[in-house]
Amino acid sequence: MHTRTLAELAAALRDGEFSSEELVGHFLDRIEALDAGLNAFVTVTREEALRAARLADSARAEGQAGPLTGLPIAHKDIFCTRGVKTSCGSRMLDNFVSPYDATVVARLKAAGVVMLGKTNMDEFAMGSSNETSWYGPVRNPWGHDKVPGGSSGGSAAAVAARMAPAATGTDTGGSIRQPAAFTNTTGLKPTYGRVSRYGMIAFASSLDQAGTITASAEDAAMLLGAMAGHDPRDSTSAEVPVPDYLAALETPLSGIRIGVVKEFFDEGLDSDNAAAVGKALEVLRGLGASVEEVSLPNLGLSVPTYYVVAPAECSSNLSRFDGIRFGYRAEDPKDLTDLYKRSRGEGFGAEVKRRIMTGTYVLSAGYYDAYYLKAQRVRQLIAGDFHRAFENADLIVGPTTPTPAFDIGAKVDDPVTMYLNDIYTIGVNLAGLPGISVPCGFVDGLPVGLQIIGTHFDEGRLLNAAHMYQSETDWHRRVPSGMLPESG
Amino acid sequence: MALTRRQVENIANLARLEITEEEIPAFVENLSGIIDLVDQLNAAQTDQVEPMAHPLNMVQPLREDRVTEVNERDLFQENASQLESGLYLVPKVIE
Repeated sequence: MHTRTLAELAAALRDGEFSSEELVGHFLDRIEALDAGLNAFVTVTREEALRAARLADSARAEGQAGPLTGLPIAHKDIFCTRGVKTSCGSRMLDNFVSPYDATVVARLKAAGVVMLGKTNMDEFAMGSSNETSWYGPVRNPWGHDKVPGGSSGGSAAAVAARMAPAATGTDTGGSIRQPAAFTNTTGLKPTYGRVSRYGMIAFASSLDQAGTITASAEDAAMLLGAMAGHDPRDSTSAEVPVPDYLAALETPLSGIRIGVVKEFFDEGLDSDNAAAVGKALEVLRGLGASVEEVSLPNLGLSVPTYYVVAPAECSSNLSRFDGIRFGYRAEDPKDLTDLYKRSRGEGFGAEVKRRIMTGTYVLSAGYYDAYYLKAQRVRQLIAGDFHRAFENADLIVGPTTPTPAFDIGAKVDDPVTMYLNDIYTIGVNLAGLPGISVPCGFVDGLPVGLQIIGTHFDEGRLLNAAHMYQSETDWHRRVPSGMLPESG
Repeated sequence: MALTRRQVENIANLARLEITEEEIPAFVENLSGIIDLVDQLNAAQTDQVEPMAHPLNMVQPLREDRVTEVNERDLFQENASQLESGLYLVPKVIE
């Protein structure tokens, strides 16, 4: 049953082919069999999951089931889950049991979705390889010596290995789309403000957005419909109506104008990746879309802009971790300052410290105008580039990443090289746009992602284009070898 | 721009982060590399550009000041390392 999409599993539950308890038990068994080699989960909530599955089965027996009732999912360990450890991949929160549910978790729970567990991630979502986690690196199911991408690497690996049919993720600079590209999964980062950030541990508040990692665009549409919408508990959540994403999936692409970003195909792009994306464009053209070149002239400045804005916001957000009310606390502090400094020094890993220090520096007296204000002005230029490109295009398309998944350990000691890996995804966050990565081929056995970007709150059209592409291709159907055979 | 060891120590102190002697050289090198990266922003012409703080043009929503949450103080305090009579314990601040 694990090779089916969420939509197919929903239909099977509806038809009574198997119960939610059987389905959830099957995925829990897969996690038990496979996760020792992948390290995708920080916590597996077996008993709670089976209990929730039985409740879902009772609800179905009473005619109370909704479209998502009884379907299993994994949550990135950045989402607060009441009564369950919420670590954010950090020693700082290794002992933290959340007293409340994030809105994303609460909404999916209310829709009858069953949580299998919490997935591994880069510490506080800071990383592009899932190597900065306190719980160790996640391995890519397509090559165990490769990274799965990050920061939502555990969610991506869990879905790629079909240990979960779908998972939540968060994306601040590419943290859903890049791991989706590296693991042959479908990763949706909605518009900033589309999904509530309440209970999602904050990294960079003007960039963070919750989304999904799934086996198909249709599955993403199912989940987004349940997750999206205004939340009074998040003052940046938008009061924009949520359309019926599923209803729009099959809309023909004839007449849709697709803009291909010239700068995405510069010398940094692997030629085989470029070829796979080129073939995907042919498929979209075959579906009736017109394809034209567009330009984002300030794209090259998106990584430097991000590495001012995101660290500045993170240095402020992470100041709450002081060792007093919750989280890691150092032993035998001499005084209050020693308690703060050692709790933070011992509780945070190297990459989190680098970003806090970068943020502290760019915000410090005498540097604010030169760095932070300057970056905010360049951010405006980058957003303006997208705005102009969308005057001649309904969707913008290109590669998700410059290369396929790289080796574990290859970039971990060289932060700037690691940061440049996110060159195609970061601009989307700076502008607050929605983006999706869909599987579009393989290079030397490793997956390649096609990125589709839309205008604010146009997730419907993104999902429509991704779904139509997946109707013509079967890349998203491929699962890595070495996974257990289908057993029911 | 290369940062000095003293600058890095000062930044760590401002951020209330203890860093060890052995860690300092790597932080000096890595943070200098990051600042070199962000110095590329100097090439952009931004004289007439308004700073962008947020991706959407939003106004801060206001609501009536009334109690909307239930009191779960005891539950919240279960996450604290050191408590006494419902109070968080910290090292002595005033001699």
